[in-house]
Amino acid sequence: MKKEQIKDQESIQTSERQGMPRRDFFKLLGGGIIVFFRPWRVLDLFGMPAEQARSLPKDYNAFLHIAEDGTVTCFTGKIEMGQGIITSLPQMMADELNIPVERIKMIMGDTDLCPWDQGTWGSLSTRVFGQSMRAAAAEARGVLLDLGSTQLGVPVSQLEVRDGVITDTKDPKKTVSYTQLTKGTRIEKFLDVKPSMEDYTKFKSIGKSYNHSDATLKVTGEAKYAGDMKLPGMVFARILRPPSHAAKMTSVDYSGAEKIAGTKVIRDGDLVAVINESRDKADEAIVKIKAEYSFNELPVNDKTIYEYMLKADSNITVVKSTGDLEAGEKLCEKTIESEFHDPYLAHVAVETHTALARLEGDKMTVWASTQSPFGLRDGITRELSLPAEKVRVITPFVGGGFGGKGEFQQGIEAAKLAKLTGKPVMLMWTREEEFFYDTFHPAGVVKIKSGIDKSGLIKLWDYNLYYSGTRGADAIYDIPNAKITHYSQKSGGSPVHQFGTGAWRAPNNNTNTFAREVQIDIMAAAAGIDPMEFRLKNLKDEKMIACLKAVADKFGYVPGKTRSGRGIGIACGIDAGSWVAHIAEVKVDKSTGKVKVVSIACAQDMGLCVNPEGATIQMEGCITMGLGYTLGEEVLFEGGKVLTHGLDTYNIPRFSWLPKIDTLILDRKDKPPQGGGEPAIIAIGAVVANAIFDATGARLYRMPMTPERVLEALKKV
Amino acid sequence: MEETIKFQLNGKKTEAMIDPTQSLLWVLRDHFGLTGTKFGCGMGFCGACTVLIDNEPVRSCQLSVGDAAGKNVVTIEGLAINGKLHPVQEAFIKHDALQCGYCTPGMIMNAAGLLIKNPAPSVQEIKDGMENNLCRCGAHMRIIEAVQTASKEMKGGK
Repeated sequence: MKKEQIKDQESIQTSERQGMPRRDFFKLLGGGIIVFFRPWRVLDLFGMPAEQARSLPKDYNAFLHIAEDGTVTCFTGKIEMGQGIITSLPQMMADELNIPVERIKMIMGDTDLCPWDQGTWGSLSTRVFGQSMRAAAAEARGVLLDLGSTQLGVPVSQLEVRDGVITDTKDPKKTVSYTQLTKGTRIEKFLDVKPSMEDYTKFKSIGKSYNHSDATLKVTGEAKYAGDMKLPGMVFARILRPPSHAAKMTSVDYSGAEKIAGTKVIRDGDLVAVINESRDKADEAIVKIKAEYSFNELPVNDKTIYEYMLKADSNITVVKSTGDLEAGEKLCEKTIESEFHDPYLAHVAVETHTALARLEGDKMTVWASTQSPFGLRDGITRELSLPAEKVRVITPFVGGGFGGKGEFQQGIEAAKLAKLTGKPVMLMWTREEEFFYDTFHPAGVVKIKSGIDKSGLIKLWDYNLYYSGTRGADAIYDIPNAKITHYSQKSGGSPVHQFGTGAWRAPNNNTNTFAREVQIDIMAAAAGIDPMEFRLKNLKDEKMIACLKAVADKFGYVPGKTRSGRGIGIACGIDAGSWVAHIAEVKVDKSTGKVKVVSIACAQDMGLCVNPEGATIQMEGCITMGLGYTLGEEVLFEGGKVLTHGLDTYNIPRFSWLPKIDTLILDRKDKPPQGGGEPAIIAIGAVVANAIFDATGARLYRMPMTPERVLEALKKV
Repeated sequence: MEETIKFQLNGKKTEAMIDPTQSLLWVLRDHFGLTGTKFGCGMGFCGACTVLIDNEPVRSCQLSVGDAAGKNVVTIEGLAINGKLHPVQEAFIKHDALQCGYCTPGMIMNAAGLLIKNPAPSVQEIKDGMENNLCRCGAHMRIIEAVQTASKEMKGGK
């Protein structure tokens, strides 16, 4: 499928450096011929100014190239960070072109070669990019069939394609291959009527499980990440960082750093950096720089932030409103008011933000660990005043992203330093820099007032979300009187978040699903109804109902009113077009407050599942990573000072945390594919909180549910 | 000051004219080009830089190259023998026990070291032995399965 991504990028880079246009380059690369499907579009796709190229190209050549040896190269601006699209995108292309998946080679995240892309996030690679790519490949197949029909003198309807060979079904001796058709001539043809994508009954690769195609590279250490690149004359850089986001440098003395052998200090405005051929020496030099700062800290920290949010002068938006809250409240037998708190979280990819930048002539090339190669290209264009065509970003394998590598500050810094020093500059952030400049999952508060009538039907839902985002804030249950209000940063107002915040795997949905599903559990307990039954009773969403029933079956759920003492919790939600439902079992040590998650089952409706193996791995990863925000992760801070800056104090899941994990993907192959990298993480907080309640009667409203907080909640039982 | 440091690296006698205080991690990566050994935290907390020294898994970011003098150092690049992958590498592929792959070399080296010391570990012993190697993608369950499989394979070979 793809074994030599990096080598290919290197060889491509060699030819590209000579300023060769893409077409000629292709001739050079494979000796193959590009099939032009749209002769009226003579404009070189990638010659377009950056501002104009802001959507996926309509010209299918941007997505694929058929070489003379039969290899099909797939071009995507998406990147591979462990989510597995390097394996699943070829499956999608193979089934549209009717070729074996092994014949497809991937070129990913290279801004000079790949079609523009907004970035690899939001679980969009399969459901949006993948579908566009399939449509492109479908048109390519249509064109090739037309050409084959002419060549063989047989109507298209009488032809079939297998493994890239077009055959006359009435006379199987009459065949012509894709490569025979494209050989020696440049074919310019496009289809007026777009062919439809293959029907699921014809799939050969889609729906079949494939192991990671990059596994061999990754187990041998051959897989190259940005930090593994090396260029002649390359230096390592370290940048002087302020001690707080609210600090301003007042003076700096770098005489000490200059004494470290081979060190050069670079100063450009606020940017103070050292470069050295040795990374160790650069590390040694940077700490010798003495700088003083003035501080303008706001009096807020990880404990007071929630009150700070509630009192802040906010921008208020009613996101959704149905029925009438007052009327709803009158129908209620019981109303419940709760307030939920969720802290700042760090992404903690094991690979820190890394970039290697080289300025050669007037062309800047940056190898970066990023989820947004085109965003970085635009950033460099902007910050260094370079034309877009003079900036190329190449993305090797990315060592984990989770949303945190949507930001690309390190790439701009490396490019600046390469320009200032005239040398190739490698910048690999330290773990401490990673914690300081991370765009954290934002802390947030959710206040809910809800109520049920005598029969246990929810009649009131007043949901107020503070300073988190609205993804996943929908009620999902069938509630006649519901209102969702969002309190967010007022423009021009004093910033509530004291540092950068951003997308963190299923952004904000973890916060919203936690609050909603715990509140549902509280109501189920108040109604004296089994929490599964309570959910099913209040849902009309068929997909959610199906997921809940499937997970109950998978888990072997035996109904019981909570608190049953068994330690079993339920939660469900929707993210990235997919539906998930979880059941968990926990054990709580009442003397220490320590929670052990014994098992978690999850059922997921993700529409068509392209690679069941890959999707299952993503679900397992979501569940495991979700235990982190649920039980251990929290960024501590004081004003703009980030106090958590090491892996010794920020508790991400380890082997000892691992529960038994059971996953189930509902068979929906007749439906379009949906997101798979994020959905199964959203309900982990709630499913564990609800299980803790079922075990002990302790209700947790605050994540992470550390032993101290569990002990605190146990006191109130 | 640079001096000649001699050690066994991936089965070969090796010497380098180098400052002995440089960290083993960066010497392996930058001087020898063995970039399979990864930088994750530089403080010994994540295990991405794990290599074997005299069959013992160690954090190469916490050692200086001088500490390796006279010893036998094996990195992920030296684990396969004559092109045949080590059973732990094979098992990681078989169980798809990786995602982004960045922690993978360290995981594999740590597991290989664990199996040298304890060829037939229980699940609990695997968890204990792997506890301080961090994976953010959440491949833990499959990593445990892979180590179990490798353990079986290796005993089978004896």
